[in-house]
Amino acid sequence: MRIVRALGAALLALGWAVSPAVADSPSPSPSDDSAAPTEAGTSFRTAAEFEPGQTATADGSAGDYLYWSFPADAGQRPTVEATVKLPDTHAAQTWQIDVYDGLRRRQACQYGSQTRTAAQGAASVELACTLRRVRAWSEPWANDPLPGTYYIRLTAVGLPTSDLGLPVSAEVRVEGKEIGGAAAVDGALAEPLVPGVAVKPEAEQEDSAVLSSIEPEDGWTSGWWSDRWVWTAVGGALAALAGVGGYALTRGSGRPTRA
Amino acid sequence: MITRQRLAAGASALFAALAAGIALPSTALADETTAAAPKVNLVLDVSGSMRARDIDGQSRMAAAKQAFNEVLDATPEDVQLGIRTLGANYPGDDRKTGCKDTAQLYPVGPLDRTEAKAAVATLAPTGWTPIGPALLKAADDLDGGTGSKRIVLISDGEDTCAPLDPCEVAREIAAKGIGLTIDTLGLVPNTKMRQQLSCIAEATGGTYTSVEHTDELTDRVNQLVDRAADPVVTPVATEGTERCAQAPTLRSGLYTDREEFGQQRWYRVDVLPGQELRASVSVSADRDVNPAYGVLLRAVTVKGREIVRGEAAGNGRTDVISTGLRHPKAERDDVDADKPAAETVCLQVTHSFSAAAGVKTTPGLPLELTIDVVDGPSPSSDVAAFGLGRGWWLLGALVLTGFVAGLLWGWLSRWRVAVWRTN
Repeated sequence: MRIVRALGAALLALGWAVSPAVADSPSPSPSDDSAAPTEAGTSFRTAAEFEPGQTATADGSAGDYLYWSFPADAGQRPTVEATVKLPDTHAAQTWQIDVYDGLRRRQACQYGSQTRTAAQGAASVELACTLRRVRAWSEPWANDPLPGTYYIRLTAVGLPTSDLGLPVSAEVRVEGKEIGGAAAVDGALAEPLVPGVAVKPEAEQEDSAVLSSIEPEDGWTSGWWSDRWVWTAVGGALAALAGVGGYALTRGSGRPTRA
Repeated sequence: MITRQRLAAGASALFAALAAGIALPSTALADETTAAAPKVNLVLDVSGSMRARDIDGQSRMAAAKQAFNEVLDATPEDVQLGIRTLGANYPGDDRKTGCKDTAQLYPVGPLDRTEAKAAVATLAPTGWTPIGPALLKAADDLDGGTGSKRIVLISDGEDTCAPLDPCEVAREIAAKGIGLTIDTLGLVPNTKMRQQLSCIAEATGGTYTSVEHTDELTDRVNQLVDRAADPVVTPVATEGTERCAQAPTLRSGLYTDREEFGQQRWYRVDVLPGQELRASVSVSADRDVNPAYGVLLRAVTVKGREIVRGEAAGNGRTDVISTGLRHPKAERDDVDADKPAAETVCLQVTHSFSAAAGVKTTPGLPLELTIDVVDGPSPSSDVAAFGLGRGWWLLGALVLTGFVAGLLWGWLSRWRVAVWRTN
């Protein structure tokens, strides 16, 4: 891959118009500077928004349904990690995270323990969920992850009555791993799967509440750049070189042996 | 109540609507900031049991007063706060009178901190615990306005005024569709109380918290009041029908409805060629339901052909089950004046929740519907982006092809030279 990148740089030097594209490609730089939410929502509508790389925290009670949302863009594979700190004394509790996409469809986890039972008195329980890679386009009949808002729901699914309402605190993180050109598919959505996206431009009120105002730090990728351009271009160049080489083989040293 | 909300939504829709001639309830996402401030009603149990000294060495009443003082100091400016008491005035033994004992200590409105604090200071633990009647009255206190409404109930004992089950009361309040949330806090709770208070909370999408210390109480009430101040999109009430033909036509926005067990709900959405319909539906379980459930959302043509469906199923404890679908309508090639431009897509919602034994089935479960009609996606003509290739096999194939082409061209030109020479 590094060779390919280097070749790509060489092509740049040759005057290929790659430079605007590089700026266009998504970069997963984490941002801890902007404030991460310290509260969670209690429904899809009130989910607390945060960026990948931030750590969102919330205090709640065992039995609450805690909701957060984050943006995921095409070419990423987000991993959601959650830690729930439990009170000093409690019975065995089962906790679960569910991830939903912008259409509120439940998304499958490839890896990670989505549901875990904390033993009696355990200090904390850790959950994780790695989504499938986010594609720029998919058929409407598929439920592949698409760029847009993603919701996290954290809750206790198995809770004895004695533990109802006990104070707990939760921490969630999202890391978006760049998958690169391997995940670059053809086609693109006109708008990311952000709920309420069709209503936003009409409500021109300053403070107006929107369903989801989420956007990645660098904006949504336009989707036309991928490292497939470099692979294909390098392939073309190598083919040309090999062609010259093959031609040269049949010509010997380049000068007729007998004049 | 639903009519009232519809009217309010219609009024606030003025700025948002393109006013294409379709009447209510076509525009959603009413902006609550223009309508009214968020309202919070704190309902405090002042029953005799609040004398018990088991919170950080002081009495429950003292802890509640201390917490209230701190909460009143921290309340955001734009929140309209009220305080209601239950069991504060009648010390006697007559159950009938005791169970009506609920009073408004401080009316819901702009907050005068000193006045409110002075009112709280006068409270002394007295009577019964009529949670149900207090909740009903508290809901009436919050009447009017389109802002978010929240009741925070702080109690230390289970309801002593059966047969009016406070949990049923909470469900009735939720069924009014005024978007009211009830959060409950139990002071040093026992098992029965936990169940009752969490039942009240879950019926309205609120939360239940057990409190053992004063600072926990303060933090939690503050958190709940702040939560009320967060701007939230208010859904527009609509009513789906049993059949597509009579269904209400919806436009982009957020809608709410109720769907009984075993019922189906139909809605219609107009989609122009080149547009994409996105719909998601959530059905909330606001009462005891059996542990296996599901929801199905189908997009069907007016003639009954299914276009696409979204389905979800689950089991175990849940607040909501949701699913969604996308339907991009292709651009039209032939411009035929006879055909109507927009396609009407019928959306059918069914859920497979079943009520647990002894649970009321009416009104139906709350249903939330999000509709977005956006521009259609650019279609995919190939698996890979722009049909471009990637990987070592591609490089190998290209190099080989190039090399073979070079060789052939070389041989061909040698052969041509040879032919030219012999001639």
